[in-house]
Amino acid sequence: MDLKDLYRDVIVDHNRHPRNFGKLEPADVHADGHNPLCGDRLTVYANLKGEHITDVKFEGTGCAISVASASLLTEAVKGKTRSEVKELFDDVHALLTQHDASVDPARLGKLAALSGVREFPARVKCASLCWHTLNAALERAAEPVTTE
Amino acid sequence: MNAAVTAPRSATTLDVAAIRRDFPILHQAVNGKPLVYLDNAASSQRPKSVIEAISRYYEHDHANVHRGVHTLSQRATDAYEGARETIRRFINARDTKEIVFVRGTTEAVNLVAQSFARPRFQPGDEILISALEHHANIVPWQLLREQIGAVLKVIPINEQGEVDFIEFQKLIGPRTRLLALAHVSNALGTIVPVEKFIKVARQHGVPVLLDGAQAIPHTPVDVQALGCDFYCFSSHKMLGPTGMGVLYGKRELLEAMPPWQGGGDMILSVSFEKTTFNQLPWKFEAGTPHIAGAIGLATAIDYLEKIGMDRIAAYEHELLEYATERLSQVPGLRIVGTAPDKAAVVSFMLDGIHPHDIGTILDTEGVAIRTGHHCAMPVMEFFKIPATARASMSFYNTREEIDRLVAALEHTRQVLG
Repeated sequence: MDLKDLYRDVIVDHNRHPRNFGKLEPADVHADGHNPLCGDRLTVYANLKGEHITDVKFEGTGCAISVASASLLTEAVKGKTRSEVKELFDDVHALLTQHDASVDPARLGKLAALSGVREFPARVKCASLCWHTLNAALERAAEPVTTE
Repeated sequence: MNAAVTAPRSATTLDVAAIRRDFPILHQAVNGKPLVYLDNAASSQRPKSVIEAISRYYEHDHANVHRGVHTLSQRATDAYEGARETIRRFINARDTKEIVFVRGTTEAVNLVAQSFARPRFQPGDEILISALEHHANIVPWQLLREQIGAVLKVIPINEQGEVDFIEFQKLIGPRTRLLALAHVSNALGTIVPVEKFIKVARQHGVPVLLDGAQAIPHTPVDVQALGCDFYCFSSHKMLGPTGMGVLYGKRELLEAMPPWQGGGDMILSVSFEKTTFNQLPWKFEAGTPHIAGAIGLATAIDYLEKIGMDRIAAYEHELLEYATERLSQVPGLRIVGTAPDKAAVVSFMLDGIHPHDIGTILDTEGVAIRTGHHCAMPVMEFFKIPATARASMSFYNTREEIDRLVAALEHTRQVLG
C-alpha cells in the first residue's frame, strides 16, 4: 500500500484547488450527496441542453479524495451526453473497485489518477459520492442520496 | 524543542513494558511499522489472560447455565454467576441481583427505556440528556418519544465541551422523569461531574441513568457513592469480549420493571394460561446468555484490579497531559474538547486536512486512530465540523507512541499540506 498511489499529485492539486467549485445559478438540476461515515456533503449542479451537460459545478465539504474526485468529475463530464456520463461512471466504478479492470486509460483521462483508491477499500465511497450525486441530479431525484 | 526529553518523567509507577507483554495484539507491524493502537475509546484490546479464560471455558467447562444437573452445567453456572459477583464488587453494587448481563451499553440503555420508562412515563413527561451524548443515549429516547409522546430535552454544552450545569438547573423541572447522562464523553473525553448533577436530580426526585461506557475502563466507579439509579457499560471497552455489557440498576427499580424480552431462563414456570417470571437478575436475561462473555469480562476486571484503577487513572492522566502538550505543538492542529477534567481522549482537527485523510495516512504509518463523528453527530454539529480525528489512550500506551502519532501527523502535513 503506497500512499503516493492514493494521494497522487493530481489528487492533491484538485483537493487544494477544486475546479468548478461553487453554486451554479440558475441550475437546471441539482442533488445533495452525503457520506454519513465521514460526514462528507456535496451538492452537484448541472445545466442541460437536450441530452448534453452544458455546465456542471459542485460545492460542499469532504476529504481530499471526495473533493478531488468531484473536481475531476466536473472537468470530465462537461459537454458530454447523459449516456456518455453513464458509461464514464461505469468505467470509474470499475477503476475504483476492480484490480483487473480493463478500462481504456485514454477514455478516463485525468480520472485515471483515482486508480490508487482501490488499494484503500475504506475510501472507495469517498471517490464515488460525487458520481452517485451527479446521477441523482440527472435523474432529478428529489431525495438526497447517501453512500449507505 | 524535544518535549519527550524535557517533559517530567512519569510520576506513576506502572510497568508498562510488562503490561504490554500481556497484550499479544500490540506486537505486530501494520503496513510495515510497529502498531500504535490509539483507538481505545472505540474498543480496547484484550490481555492474554482474558483470551485464555475464554478458551479454557470452551475447552473444559462449557454447557448451558441454570439448567443441567450435570457437572459441566454446574461449572458453567458457577463461572457465569461468579462473574456477576466480580462485577458487583468492581462497581460496589449492593447485590448481584442488581447486575444484569446485556449485550453492551446500547442494550442497557434500551432496556431502561423500554422496561423502566415506557410503562410508566406519560405523554409530555420529559427525559433530560446532554448535548455530548453518544447516539446510544439519544436514539433509545427518541424511540420512546415516538412510542409514548415523551419529550426529549437537551442540556447544552459550552465551547470547552462541558455540560452546562446552570442550564441543567433551569431545564430540570416538575415534568422531568429521568436524567440520562454520559459519565465521560466518547467524542471529546470530557469527564462530566455527574455527582453534582445527581445531587440536583435527587432534590427533584428524578432518577438518573449514567452511560458509563467511556468511564469505567479508566476510572474507579462506585455506583453507591455516585448515587445513580442505573449505570450502563460495555465489556469490550474494558479489555473484555465484545457482545457483553452490564446494566446496573437499583434493586427496587429493577424489581418493579417488567421483563423486556421473553423466553427461556427468564421464567420460573410456563403454561399457556400463565407464566411466572424468574427473579432478578435473570428476569432480564431471556435465552442462553453470553456465558463466555461474562467469564471474559470478569477476567478483564481481575486484570484491571491487579494493576489498580487508581493507578490506571493516574497514568492515563499523565499520558493525556503529554499528548495534549505534544499535539498542541503540531502546526495547524486544534484540539476539540478542552474541558479541564478529561479522560485520555484527544479529538482534533488539522488545518486544511480532512480527518478521513489523516486516518488513512496515519494508518500507513502504523498508527490507528478513529476519524469521523464518533457516533456523536450532535457534538460535531455544535462545533460546526463534519468530523474529528481522535486519539484515545489506554494504560498500555506509551509516550513513545504519542511521539509516533505526532511524527505521523507531521508526515500527513507533508503529504497533503
